[in-house]
Amino acid sequence: MTEFILNGNPAKLDAPAEMPLLWALRDVANLTGTKFGCGLAQCGACTVHVDGNPTRACITPLGSVAGKRVTTIEGLGAGSAEHAVQRAWQELNVPQCGYCQAGQLMSAAALLARNPAPADADIDAAMAGNLCRCGTYVRIRAAIHRAAQLARETAAGG
Amino acid sequence: MDGSRRDFLRLSLLGGGAMLLGIALPAAQAQTAAPPAPPPDPNLYVRIDPDNRITITTPRSEMGQGVRTSLAMLVAEELEADWRQVQVATLGLDARAGDQGTGGSNSVAGLYEPLRRIGASLRELLIAAAAARWQVPAGECAARDSVVTHARSQRSARYADLIEAAAKLTPNPAPALKPRAQWRLLGKPQTGKDCADIVHGRAGYGLDVRRPGQLYAQIERPRRFGARVASFDAQAALAVPGVKQVFALEPGPGNIAGGVAVVATSTWAAAQGRAKLAVQWNEQDAGSDDSAALAKAALTALDAEPAEAVNKVGDPDAVLAAAARVIRADYQLPFLAHATLEPQNATAQWSGDHLTVWAPTQFPGLAARGIAKALDIKPEQITLHITLLGGGFGRRINGDYAVEAALVARQAGAPVQVMWTREDDLRHDFYRPLAAHRFEACLDADGWPQALRHRQAGTPIGATYDRTGQRTFGAEEIEGAGNGFYRAPNRSSGYTALAARVPRGWWRAVHTTHASFAMECFIDELAAAAGKDALAYRLALIDTIPVPAPGQDSDYAFNPARMRACLRRAAELAGWGKPLPKGQALGLACAIDHRSYAALVLQVSLQERELRIHRATCVADCGLVINPDGARAQIEGGIVQGLSAALGEAVTLKDGAVVEGNFHQYRLLRLAQAPLHIDVQFIESDAVKLTGLGEPALPLAAPALANALHALTGKRLRELPLRWS
Repeated sequence: MTEFILNGNPAKLDAPAEMPLLWALRDVANLTGTKFGCGLAQCGACTVHVDGNPTRACITPLGSVAGKRVTTIEGLGAGSAEHAVQRAWQELNVPQCGYCQAGQLMSAAALLARNPAPADADIDAAMAGNLCRCGTYVRIRAAIHRAAQLARETAAGG
Repeated sequence: MDGSRRDFLRLSLLGGGAMLLGIALPAAQAQTAAPPAPPPDPNLYVRIDPDNRITITTPRSEMGQGVRTSLAMLVAEELEADWRQVQVATLGLDARAGDQGTGGSNSVAGLYEPLRRIGASLRELLIAAAAARWQVPAGECAARDSVVTHARSQRSARYADLIEAAAKLTPNPAPALKPRAQWRLLGKPQTGKDCADIVHGRAGYGLDVRRPGQLYAQIERPRRFGARVASFDAQAALAVPGVKQVFALEPGPGNIAGGVAVVATSTWAAAQGRAKLAVQWNEQDAGSDDSAALAKAALTALDAEPAEAVNKVGDPDAVLAAAARVIRADYQLPFLAHATLEPQNATAQWSGDHLTVWAPTQFPGLAARGIAKALDIKPEQITLHITLLGGGFGRRINGDYAVEAALVARQAGAPVQVMWTREDDLRHDFYRPLAAHRFEACLDADGWPQALRHRQAGTPIGATYDRTGQRTFGAEEIEGAGNGFYRAPNRSSGYTALAARVPRGWWRAVHTTHASFAMECFIDELAAAAGKDALAYRLALIDTIPVPAPGQDSDYAFNPARMRACLRRAAELAGWGKPLPKGQALGLACAIDHRSYAALVLQVSLQERELRIHRATCVADCGLVINPDGARAQIEGGIVQGLSAALGEAVTLKDGAVVEGNFHQYRLLRLAQAPLHIDVQFIESDAVKLTGLGEPALPLAAPALANALHALTGKRLRELPLRWS
């Protein structure tokens, strides 16, 4: 039994501590938004936030997140408000097949949390671990810039 | 009442009170007394809920190419549906829908007319129902945003309130379609209908299927193609908590590899159990393919007379033999994996006499036929739901993974999801063939080709599916190179097939992925040898294809003017011939693929041997563009995927098995390597047939990049993936 905060709510998952967080989320908690792509932290499809840090859930044992805050794509954004990356992704119609995009969005959101105005080189570095087979990279880059702008506008407006 | 009439329009009240209005275009009027043909493709369902929301169910699979949006747009435009209230769904396998295969860049092209007719036919019925209710002429009523209005009497009715009456009317099989000038949706950029679900993690792929009591399975497969289980010890696997069953799976037709299945209560438990299996393999019938040896054999084969001569004009052999100078180049390309980011998977449930399958498949009919054969059941005993596909690219034409899930679920007696690991997926694909191309040419005094001889050798796709063992495959495999559109009075092409055990399949853009690399690099080499500009040289030589490709439809005959227009526009936008920043160069390529025309210019630099692609400029002509934003995405994605293959991808075979197991070995392009900008423009015309866009940009990327690197470094790179030092 591992207890942690899952998308803002206390959660108890009855699964072996060594089970990767990815499978605990998908098969035990039934949150299927986080995706499997490689199992070796090579593709980033399983990216979630653990205490705000982008983390590959496929190699993170469930037991290691005990007492921590885990955010998945289903919990991105505050309450009903969409995160700036989710707004920008829709505005620029980023996804094609969409399978990698949960991981892309989680990596992008983590980047913007620590760097509100990333340069292209910052984006290259932060997104290096997220593969997209459909080739949406050009739009992902543009959408991160756009999300940074949207977040600034929201902050200024609020 | 005859059967086709009954099928033509269906109405039923669903549990929640929703209306389901199904409409299929009738077969052409029967000219003989032959039994009526089944309704032709497409058969499509439009559901109108009491709240006036409209669900458009598309008879093609969504794999990122945007068909659930673009096909729904075709219906919604003519239906005058309120697009904001339209939702989309994928039709499950349905015998009434005809061939539901998704591929060949053919979804929008093939359904452009029929889907608009379906929308228009429904719109006419709804208007007629309103007119009858109000006792006014139908011509005085108008439909817009899912509402019919009669302006003179200021009456209006929502579609939801008209559908029951509309369903009692006789539909018009040849409704008037809206002229292009009146289009509200088509030709205007629309956000993908699945976009919101995707960015919130709600979109349902194959691996997201969850059934009550569902179990999870993995299959330990043989490493070598053709090996089979000799024996296995399941004791340790069964001791893993959560592991329920372990059993052997026989190899079967359709490249079902067989192996040992481990069924468990979670994916993790299945993986743990699999890791504890002890399997002895019988490798008596296993293959021993070696990709390095095959590549060498392909080059050697180019020295011999091709096994199959294809497309000959004039006497290229004599002209080349007499030439003072022959320009010759060999191009080599490796096997490629599809590497869909969602690995292969399917979920199945056997009830004792009926099988239900949930699969991310491009060809549900093929999957169902494979299942029926493997389980010895009838097609009507199978229900197949099509989930979203986490990438397809041709891999999911084959239904092997669905057959496996069906076999495992029947044996397990519970709903089971069979998931392939990345290693399973990369090592049991249907690979883009390995190929070698040789071009030889001689030029006349003005630098134009006098003779052009093309030879190709490789492991043909068709051999994987050929039961006769007699075919030579040249006519299909030479597409794009042997039947190229550059003028040469003497030309020939020939093909030599190499035997290999490794399964081959259709990889996005198929033959053109290697043919265009050879053709477009070689034409650059000829231009350089002639001392001419690569753009001007192409423009001057683009001509009608001397020998039509096999089975080519005359409606789609190659039009040199369209190819030239793409080239000119792309070159102009990219600043061809104008000064560039220091250290940068342009590379050019053009091709026709899946009947669409496209030209690409890449602007690149090398800094400390590090490649940077500053800009990609692509101009494409597919007739009309339905969803410009989705179309642009297909071009962008095609270029990036083509660059991925050009820069990093290769499948290595050793001793009959694939070496690469995961993304640290099979290297896909990453964000920093992608072009910083991609500019896309379309040349549109409704005077030509609409063609597809899912594939045509991809084959341009590798040759444009190789040509740009030559402009930069003076070196010709003729082997993919490209290596420079």
